[in-house]
Amino acid sequence: MTTNSTSHEDAHEAHHGHSHGHEAGHGSLKSYVTGFVLSVILTAIPFWLVMGDVLDSKVATVAAIMIIGAIQIVVHMVYFLHMNTKSEGGWTVMALIFTIIIVAIALIGSLWVMHHLNTNMMVMSPEMMKNLP
Amino acid sequence: MFSDPDLLKFIFGRLTLESIPYHEPILVATFCGVALGGIALMCLLTYMKWWGPLWHDWITSIDHKKIGIMYIILAIVMLLRGFSDAIMMRIQQAIAFNGSEGYLPPHHYDQVFTAHGVIMIFFVAMPFVTGFMNFVVPLQIGARDVSFPFLNNFSFWMTTAGAIIVMISLFVGEFARTGWLAYPPLSGADYSPGVGVDYYIWGLQVAGVGTTLSGINLIATIVKMRAPGMSFMKMPVFTWTSLCTNILIVATFPILTATLVLLSLDRYVGTNFFTNDLGGNPMMYINLIWIWGHPEVYILVLPAFGIFSEVVATFSGKRLFGYASMVYATCAIMILSYLVWLHHFFTMGSGASVNAFFGITTMIISIPTGAKIFNWLFTIYRGRVRYEVPMLWTIGFMITFVIGGMTGVMLAVPPADFVLHNSLFLVAHFHNVIIGGVLFGLMAGVTYWFPKAFGYKLDPFWGKMSFWFWFIGFYFAFMPLYVLGLMGVTRRMSQFEDPSLQIWFIIAAVGAGMIAIGILSFIIQLVVSYIKREELKDETGDPWHGRTLEWSTSSPPPDYNFAFTPVVHDHDSWYDMKNRGYARPLQGFKPIHMPKNTGTGAILAALNVVLAFGLIWYIWWLVAVSFIAIIAVAIGHTFNYKRDFYIPVETVSAEEAKRTELLAKQV
Repeated sequence: MTTNSTSHEDAHEAHHGHSHGHEAGHGSLKSYVTGFVLSVILTAIPFWLVMGDVLDSKVATVAAIMIIGAIQIVVHMVYFLHMNTKSEGGWTVMALIFTIIIVAIALIGSLWVMHHLNTNMMVMSPEMMKNLP
Repeated sequence: MFSDPDLLKFIFGRLTLESIPYHEPILVATFCGVALGGIALMCLLTYMKWWGPLWHDWITSIDHKKIGIMYIILAIVMLLRGFSDAIMMRIQQAIAFNGSEGYLPPHHYDQVFTAHGVIMIFFVAMPFVTGFMNFVVPLQIGARDVSFPFLNNFSFWMTTAGAIIVMISLFVGEFARTGWLAYPPLSGADYSPGVGVDYYIWGLQVAGVGTTLSGINLIATIVKMRAPGMSFMKMPVFTWTSLCTNILIVATFPILTATLVLLSLDRYVGTNFFTNDLGGNPMMYINLIWIWGHPEVYILVLPAFGIFSEVVATFSGKRLFGYASMVYATCAIMILSYLVWLHHFFTMGSGASVNAFFGITTMIISIPTGAKIFNWLFTIYRGRVRYEVPMLWTIGFMITFVIGGMTGVMLAVPPADFVLHNSLFLVAHFHNVIIGGVLFGLMAGVTYWFPKAFGYKLDPFWGKMSFWFWFIGFYFAFMPLYVLGLMGVTRRMSQFEDPSLQIWFIIAAVGAGMIAIGILSFIIQLVVSYIKREELKDETGDPWHGRTLEWSTSSPPPDYNFAFTPVVHDHDSWYDMKNRGYARPLQGFKPIHMPKNTGTGAILAALNVVLAFGLIWYIWWLVAVSFIAIIAVAIGHTFNYKRDFYIPVETVSAEEAKRTELLAKQV
């Protein structure tokens, strides 16, 4: 794919010059190693939390895993996808913000909707039904 | 050796002779028709020695124009299939009264309505829209192709592969009997143990790969490859709506893919995401599928809005009224379309706060949409309107779509929806907006851009026939459904008890017959126009006095689209160039760097059909073989370094000289 797109860029260099010079960097060995080590650590911690029964409550463990997963996403974006505010002339950040909005809508919306459904649609006794608001 | 059941099972999975529906006369007759037609087509191809050109010029082509045309051909072929399903249902419902069971047994009828919905959305509307975006967008922004030409070819063949998988289900096995979104638990392994839902899942998954990749491709094209000077606010409106549509595609199709993966896990490995017990929740499927499903509606209608904007401006001879408000309205619809999905299941049991929120967001969408309607009206106001065929479709759209929009607002009121949910009122509403909005737009687009694609206009008489039959046929076919829906008739029924309803179904069937004449007129129009092509020829490249860059090229455009990349100063850039006395450059041509054709896309898609077939029938050795083959071909393609070539200066000069000669004849 890379060759394909690059060759095409050449075909369009006449009207395409302005887009060069803003592209994402390719990262150094050091940044890749940093990213890799961070990823390994962030992957190992959840395993340790679960297998070693480190935290007392289950909720805390799940929460910790979710937070570490989110951090992991950021590590990948910074070190492997080379995203920063300047890459591709700001387009990657814009795309990221859009993605976050959409994911947030889908997640929060689903939780809200499913919470309602779970509350309203569970099997009820006649007494519970009478006491409905 | 074939008496060994284990061996048979290993070779054929659950595919047996009984899976071939040779005992259903309707299907046997259809099969004979398809087979005879196919053989005739193959004979024609062989006789005319067209196999070579078909492979070299079309199947392996990575030219965005040819891929766009192939998408639209796929859509028209599938439209015929989807429409025959529709007319079968209309006839069934018109006769299944007074104890008559009609001519379709429920088992078959359920497959027909499911196939109708799936085909019309995924394999008619989607390829039609994508075809237009492929053909028009690069020309409108002054580019020579899309960003990733090979990926484009691959996307097209994956979409076709999905269509082929769905079509195979007609003659081998059966299709889903679940309705077009395959709600569990009905679509789960317990209630649909056959292959129908598996055909559905794999057909959509394979086509979904194509759709998502083409979405990425077109976003990259629009963002990166615009002609110099074309800032975002100078882009043609069709390009704008395409951009928004493709953003919607990229953001939502993964949700569909993930949801269907979860459903297939339920069916294949026995997980319990959407089952009724063991912690599963079928309502989650409905929630997830509509997070994709509602934006999908806007994926289809936004490009149609773009087409209308181009058509209205061109045929009114005026700049589009309120360009900026049009752009903002499109973006607003893009975001809002993510906030309304629950209106598809108000009755599922959410509380008042949830239903109120989603009801209000739904009603809010009608504001930017209404703004668009007013913009089109104000563009027509005091314009020099030419009532050519594309404009007729546009006017027909404005009338029909407003009615559909208003019934949509009715459905958006949760208490009203409790009455109307799953009734024929709903069916009438969404056909009202999809036919009146999307299909009318696509037909306007076909008439509008046909001369650009093929070098001659479509015959206006048969175009008008097609329009009037579609337009009037639509009202006859769907207004009775509104009435029936208000009387409480639910959708997807194959027989009725109450004889007083029959007259409405007969009127609807008559309407469907009129639409059939409309489709027939369209096909006659294609044939007649081909015969009269010398008379209808467009030598200027600008037959409608267009305003955007695609009309600055010859009809059909050369392979490289533009010998020199145009420079844009204003929106409606071609109109602006004409006004400022633009002179075509006649010399100083350079060799043009272009991507090379490749057969990899078609091969990968064919292997995907085999893979899906194996997965559907549990033929695991076939799955393994085809999966390995897909990986091997994909890796092999990365070693193909001969991906580009130069069109020599001589060819470019010759092409451009031909055009100069044609243009000189005009004056």
